[in-house]
Amino acid sequence: MTYAVDEKGYYGQFGGAYIPEMLYPNIEELRLNYLKIIQEDGFIAEFDQLLKDFVGRPTPLYFAKRMSERYKAKIYLKREDLCHTGAHKINNTIGQILLAQRLGKRKIIAETGAGQHGVATATVCALMGMECIVYMGKHDMERQKPNVERMRILGTKVVPALSGSMTLKDATNQAMRHWINHPTDTHYIIGSVVGPHPYPDMVARFQSVISEEIRNQLNEEIGNPFPDYVIACVGGGSNAAGAFYHFLNDEHVQLIGVEAGGKGVDTGKSAATTVLGKVGILHGSKSLLMQTADGQVVEPYSISAGLDYPGIGPMHAHLFETGRVQFLNVTDDEAMNAGIELSRTEGIIPAIETAHAIAVLSKMDFAPDDVVVINLSGRGDKDLETYIKWGKY
Amino acid sequence: MNRIKELFKSKRKSLLSVYYTAGFPTLTATIPIAQHLEKAGVDIIEIGIPFSDPIADGPTIQESNKIALDNGMNLHLLLEQVRGIRKCVSLPIILMGYLNPVLQFGFEKFVKEAARVGVDGLILPDLPVDEYLLMYKKIVDENELTNTFLISPTTSEKRIRKIDAASNGFIYAVSSSSTTGAQQGFSTEQESYFKRLQDMKLENPFLIGFGVSNHETFAAVSKYSSGGIVGSAFINLLKNSTDLDSDITRFIKGLR
Ligand SMILES: Cc1ncc(COP(=O)(O)O)c(C=O)c1O
Repeated sequence: MTYAVDEKGYYGQFGGAYIPEMLYPNIEELRLNYLKIIQEDGFIAEFDQLLKDFVGRPTPLYFAKRMSERYKAKIYLKREDLCHTGAHKINNTIGQILLAQRLGKRKIIAETGAGQHGVATATVCALMGMECIVYMGKHDMERQKPNVERMRILGTKVVPALSGSMTLKDATNQAMRHWINHPTDTHYIIGSVVGPHPYPDMVARFQSVISEEIRNQLNEEIGNPFPDYVIACVGGGSNAAGAFYHFLNDEHVQLIGVEAGGKGVDTGKSAATTVLGKVGILHGSKSLLMQTADGQVVEPYSISAGLDYPGIGPMHAHLFETGRVQFLNVTDDEAMNAGIELSRTEGIIPAIETAHAIAVLSKMDFAPDDVVVINLSGRGDKDLETYIKWGKY
Repeated sequence: MNRIKELFKSKRKSLLSVYYTAGFPTLTATIPIAQHLEKAGVDIIEIGIPFSDPIADGPTIQESNKIALDNGMNLHLLLEQVRGIRKCVSLPIILMGYLNPVLQFGFEKFVKEAARVGVDGLILPDLPVDEYLLMYKKIVDENELTNTFLISPTTSEKRIRKIDAASNGFIYAVSSSSTTGAQQGFSTEQESYFKRLQDMKLENPFLIGFGVSNHETFAAVSKYSSGGIVGSAFINLLKNSTDLDSDITRFIKGLR
């Protein structure tokens, strides 16, 4: 079994590049160059150096003692929340901006949901002195205000997406339209393992540093690179892709993806794509997609802006279909409770996206010496307003 | 014989193709608009299958898609309406839409139904050429439909040749690197791109669309190609019209 992308850009039946002709030259330029560029010594050296000195990698693999006692397993937290800008998203934006420079691009666009990818993009654009526009659903701009202002402070123009549910899907539509209109001087930094090939593979590679470090750190800590479980939340699936990447072929490592159940998968207010989705095409790739019988994309719902997306990356659709990754989902309330729980047990306020991954601990049965790694994808600073509104603490 | 192929056999100059979204501005407008267009003297009717996420479209067509969906338009109903159009309209009819609704309907079932109700051609902007050749061309050919691909100013000559070879009706040349939208005139850069296409002497005729909105732009594209495709400007007209029959007649007359 191979879980890697094939030469045509597919993971099993999922993936591909379903794009209007106007984008073909851009995507083709990326497809033909990305592997060559990111495997150059000079690229690797600059990428590694920025991850170390600017992002603060390697991020700790922290043994969560009190959580371990509570759930009767050895629980480790991979501290992506300690990355500069507060989430894993910057691993990808550093990689893509270095790539954009080597392709001779001068301007950057991005979409953002929670604003974490937008901030991470705004940050690397400031770092490299590149012009940056970020599209963000109007609704998300309201629920993630601090991140909007962070982007503006960094010199990025934030443009509201006003169509549909005014969330991540709509911001992505707008970014793609912008790219169609500015094809030559602009690179589009997609924020997750979604979009047309080669984006899913490219983003997964940039995020794979997470599992590379987990292996090394576990090996040092317990003399064995393999945990029993790796758990990560899944919006588009980039932090999960990074956390799973170097374990995909080690079938004895159980991989668990956690989707946003919203108010419950049967309520019509959910973003649990593997439960509610069917095969479909959105944003340039074939994957699982929440849609009506008529093929119209359904507006997803989650309390967390970063998980509020009607699809998942094609790689994850394949991992779901093959059974390599088990997908669970948790509701808004379960996630919020888990966020408070982690805050009080370990002194870490997680992003609400991340809190979804924490929330599955109480649904699982561990053996006492099971080693469980949770990818702590981001910190909760951006979510204070949502925590306050929720209020139950 | 396929009405599109027939049309291009007899006429290769100043053809006017008009796009509108099915179910816009009202659910039942699809049939009367087709009748008015035929009466007004257009050559091809392009009916849009509305989609929730039309990434190649600008604000005008995005909005018409949304309104059509809110009105209750779907692919089943659309095919039913085309059957109605065929009772009174003899122009070539093209269905244009994004791939996902078509895949959910079932590609083969869709093509068969479309052919049965009197559709002549398809434009599916996000269907990759290679995938078309591998999986769908046979079905389209068997049902005697045409399939039209887009090309843009950034499409390489080599790829244009490939698309030409894969085409069986006409090619849709997008006037600029942009999403759909009305435009007042063309730049010299755009005109030289039209000229370059003209000089390539392609197997298939080509029509130019995106930004064709008035007499000047239609005349400009007709100079270099078999004609023009009008979309957003027509949608704007429909949006503000109080009398479809006379407004459409006046608009088409103004374009010619
Ligand atoms: C902290 C955090 N975790 C997870 C996600 C979800 O994205 P992905 O599934 O690509 O990791 C986001 C998205 O904004 C995020 O900010």
